[in-house]
Amino acid sequence: MRRIISVLMENEPGALSRVVGLFSQRGYNIDTLTVAPTEDQTLSRLTLTTEGSDNVMEQITKQLHKLIDVVKVSDLTGGAHVERELMLVKVRTTADNRAEVQRCTDIFRGQIVDIGSSIYTIQLVGDSDKLDAFIKALGDTRILEVVRSGVSGISRGEKSMRI
Amino acid sequence: MELLSGGEITIRALADAGIRHLWGYPGGAALHIYDALFQQTAVKHILVRHEQAATHAADAYARSTGEVGAVLVTSGPGATNAITGIATAYMDSIPMVVISGQVPLEKVGGDAFQETDMVGVSRPIVKHSFMVKRAEDIAEIIAKAFHLAGTGRPGPVVVDIPKDVVAPEYKIPYEFPKQVKIRSYQPTSKGHSGQIKRAVKELLNAKRPVIYSGGGVILGNASAQLRELARHLNAPVTNTLMGLGAYPGSDRQFLGMLGMHGTLEANTAMHYADLILAVGARFDDRVTNTPSKFCPNATIIHIDVDPASISKTVRVDVPIVGPCDVVLQEMLDLIVAGDRQIDSEAMAEWWRQIDGWRERHGLYTASRYEASGGELIKPQDVIKVLHRVTGGDAYVTSDVGQHQMFAAQYYLFDEPRRWINSGGLGTMGFGLPAAMGVQMAHRDATVACVTGEGSIQMCIQELSTCTQYHLPVKIINLNNQALGMVRQWQDMQYNSRYSETLYEDSLPDFVKLMEAYGHIGMRVTRFEELEEKMAECFSHKGRVVFMDIAVDRSEHVYPMQVAPNGSMRDMWLSKTERT
Repeated sequence: MRRIISVLMENEPGALSRVVGLFSQRGYNIDTLTVAPTEDQTLSRLTLTTEGSDNVMEQITKQLHKLIDVVKVSDLTGGAHVERELMLVKVRTTADNRAEVQRCTDIFRGQIVDIGSSIYTIQLVGDSDKLDAFIKALGDTRILEVVRSGVSGISRGEKSMRI
Repeated sequence: MELLSGGEITIRALADAGIRHLWGYPGGAALHIYDALFQQTAVKHILVRHEQAATHAADAYARSTGEVGAVLVTSGPGATNAITGIATAYMDSIPMVVISGQVPLEKVGGDAFQETDMVGVSRPIVKHSFMVKRAEDIAEIIAKAFHLAGTGRPGPVVVDIPKDVVAPEYKIPYEFPKQVKIRSYQPTSKGHSGQIKRAVKELLNAKRPVIYSGGGVILGNASAQLRELARHLNAPVTNTLMGLGAYPGSDRQFLGMLGMHGTLEANTAMHYADLILAVGARFDDRVTNTPSKFCPNATIIHIDVDPASISKTVRVDVPIVGPCDVVLQEMLDLIVAGDRQIDSEAMAEWWRQIDGWRERHGLYTASRYEASGGELIKPQDVIKVLHRVTGGDAYVTSDVGQHQMFAAQYYLFDEPRRWINSGGLGTMGFGLPAAMGVQMAHRDATVACVTGEGSIQMCIQELSTCTQYHLPVKIINLNNQALGMVRQWQDMQYNSRYSETLYEDSLPDFVKLMEAYGHIGMRVTRFEELEEKMAECFSHKGRVVFMDIAVDRSEHVYPMQVAPNGSMRDMWLSKTERT
């Protein structure tokens, strides 16, 4: 089962490598990973997605907790939460497909953020399934490059992850 | 305030952290620190012959005292040589701080001479690590390192210090922090009282309980509480390899060690138990055999200071996160204050059953191996003689292999912190430097290193360190001229194809080797002279004595659990006999 884990950790050199190292060292997978400092510059917030049974997830969260740099860990999957991922897609455009690409981008509520003589760069935000669906919807359009940010997640409602 | 250089601060902070003995080896990147070391007397440095030995010695120093061990090495090869010892300490949760020199900050990352990314290399085998960037941070980081190493579930901490950070020219005010606060680190100080109540209820309801205690009881100084609780409950106790001595080995309620080479009575009692109280143990694969077949009828209570140890390999019913001593004491208080009693009738029946197993197949009641005599010396008998000669009161370190298991089985430890061995990592070469560490901490104690001719050669250079620092350890070499434990597996699983486990005629003359180092060497080949020679060995109070004892090469360690797919009670009892 796919899981989203949020980690609040010290914004220190080496902290990220400890988290990533833990996953490879213990044989867990990381599917996506995103990390950046929070409004409090001494802390970083990391979101990662992984696959695993309940037992594996229990171990992962406990082992993450054990890392000295980690302040808080939360498995977002269990509760109501919002998750978003940003994608930039660079496609080759021709006179034939330009309108189609524009329409498709509109339908997915994306934006064209850069235009060249035969190139569009499209920005799209949504959950991972929506981004997958967009790539599918592009059909025959030639995709030159795709870059995805990985999932960022936050729980809904009153509950918040802070010190 | 006093003005000190980074190097001086490093040593002063070690002293202020309570360190009296520092194990290490100098080199380019650590020279400023070594110069500061030279100009003071509070911290005594012990120059080993290889950095691996420094870490093992500091580790054993910590194991035998409960204090945090300390190591100082240089960058590059100095740091990488320390890695095996750091991993050894990590696997057995031993508190240790390792300070490694590093190339100057401006050269870090540039493939400089003797540069290794020590923080990166050691990352998976440390509790935490630091790289110091400013002299101003040294004292606080060292204080944090000791706090982290010694609290919660202990473990090794690496502090990597670039050479320019400890330069002698730059002097700053020094103050050692009185208190350390790490906001992301708050080890549990008390167990959940609801869970403890539940556990006590289960304990008093049990008809066939077993207490399974591990290294955590020793590390957490909970031996007294464990003994008291076991007596109140009249419950049988088994110790893991790491937990030996937490409960007295000679006590009637003690079933011996459990697991792969555990006693029949311990493993069988575990299998048929209706309740397991696991304390400071981690359900290691050398204990559980096949996890899915582990103790099929038992309710399992697990006390551990590390939440990640709970339900890692075996699901438990009553988890309690907290220090073993505090939790056990709370359980005891509840039992003493409460009006519930143990089911004495059920307990009497349980003991009848256990005593039956003991009588028929016990390691200490029935003779499990052929008798020694003439030129046939059984390794088990060497340990029994060692126990007799030392009055069961020695510190015993060991290396890894058959001799380790024989020592664990037959030297019945009555006190904690007396049995010093590498259980988790299984590091050959541990024994001799470990004996040095113990001897340095307990100058007048009897320290014996039980080893084999394979293991001893992995750190034999330390015989020279023993000379320099007058560390009169006694080395008991069970010489079977083969890598015994590997050979045993080759006998059992590879049709006796001895792939690279025999030494042919290549072994050194250990007696002459000892003489070369200025020590005493003794060779024993006849059983009749063993006890007398052993007594002679231990009568040389101030000398290192090496007893090279020719033991029966064909001997295997039994019992041995049947794997794969065996349960706790499935064991080989001898070469031909199975449960």
